[in-house]
Amino acid sequence: MASSKSNNRFGTPFSPALGLRFLLLAGLSILLMVVDHRDNHLDTVRKAIGATVYPLRVVVDTPVSAWRWVIDAAATRNELQLENSRLNTERLITRARLQRYSSLEAENARLRAMLEARSQVHERVRVAEIMSVSSDPFRHVLVVDKGTRDNVFDGQAVIDAEGIVGQIIEAGLLSSQAMLISDPGHDLPIEVNRNGLRTIARGTGEYDRLDLPFLPNNADIEPGDLLVTSGRGGAFPAGYPVAIVESVTRIPQEPFAAVTATPAAALNQVREVMLIWSSESELSDDEVLDRAEETMDPIAADPVIVDNEGDENE
Amino acid sequence: MSDARISSHLPIIFSIAVALLLSIAPIPDSAEPFRPTWVLLTLIYWAMTLPDNYSVGSAWIAGLILDVAQGTLLGQHAIGLSLVIYVTVKFHLQLRQFPMMQLSITVFALLALYQFILFWINGVAGVNSESVIYWGPVLTGTLIWPLLNIVFVGIRQRARG
Repeated sequence: MASSKSNNRFGTPFSPALGLRFLLLAGLSILLMVVDHRDNHLDTVRKAIGATVYPLRVVVDTPVSAWRWVIDAAATRNELQLENSRLNTERLITRARLQRYSSLEAENARLRAMLEARSQVHERVRVAEIMSVSSDPFRHVLVVDKGTRDNVFDGQAVIDAEGIVGQIIEAGLLSSQAMLISDPGHDLPIEVNRNGLRTIARGTGEYDRLDLPFLPNNADIEPGDLLVTSGRGGAFPAGYPVAIVESVTRIPQEPFAAVTATPAAALNQVREVMLIWSSESELSDDEVLDRAEETMDPIAADPVIVDNEGDENE
Repeated sequence: MSDARISSHLPIIFSIAVALLLSIAPIPDSAEPFRPTWVLLTLIYWAMTLPDNYSVGSAWIAGLILDVAQGTLLGQHAIGLSLVIYVTVKFHLQLRQFPMMQLSITVFALLALYQFILFWINGVAGVNSESVIYWGPVLTGTLIWPLLNIVFVGIRQRARG
């Protein structure tokens, strides 16, 4: 081989301290892993190293964004017009729906006020782009281009246009990692939209399947049922679509039915996701209004869907 | 002297950075299980040829960066990489004498060892990875090794000249 006489210029035989050094580093690794697995004391360490990884991510993302820029720049006038008219139609339809929605929302708020329940309608949404997807096929984690500088926080819900995508597990300064609901380690409190039956949806490691392992055989659930977030557990705001029940298998001898569901969000196709700030997760009621007003402007500069109030006023 | 040494190290550090890039670059889902462990392959070569400069320490740091980049348990890749590089450095004199075929087989064993350590840690930490395709990177890594070797020899000659 070409490397047979490589390193003799230093004249040193390889150092006897190698084994010692290895043992030291191995011990340090094990310590890190144990601490990291137990709790989140290592967040600052991760963030510090994450800062060095950020340039790498940008480099990785460059060809993709450059390609998209080329596509955008090369779009003909005709295509743009077509897209424009399509988007206009879509906007009209959405606004029509929204009209109905806002009256419903007002009604809902009134009813809740009568029940003296805390209303949960103030939700702020912001678009984030996906920078990369975990290269480990057994962990469904993606990296989005918003971090604590944009007020992203650990545990924040991530959605796309169709439904729940996952939640932020690690908010860095400029980018954050989000775990998908299909990750085998992800449990999501849900309810059946039809009858309010509450249970847990567990990721399976496949993008197009969730398991509902804790439903008894006599549970009222059938294929085609829409599953929405129940809001229990606090991480996710209630009422977002999660999945549609695909199959229900009841085996008489088993205590639980085998129920699988197909996620509503296209988990392996998303390029852009939305982050939700539901005001109650962070702020008290008094702060909500102040906050909603002061945040309108800086957000409006970015591609954003502003909160419900903004849409109503139009 | 020291300037010359720094400049001769730059291409090597650059190659490790490129390996890190390749291990986080987005590729299609179907190809994901067969993504070679670029960082380990790169480190094996440099640990084999320049064990005085690149050994367990460099491997550990690269592993820590990999852990953060991939969102795995902090220290998981670090311990895997440093163990395999420890073995590589320990036997680097023999490895240098091996013909390509034999070297490839050794690399296969090293990659399998690495993947096994990660598998084991995943198991302890409760991350499910019980599937045959988990071992895909071992195969693709071995297959790509001879090619990678040519690239690295080129880098080394340039670094010296």
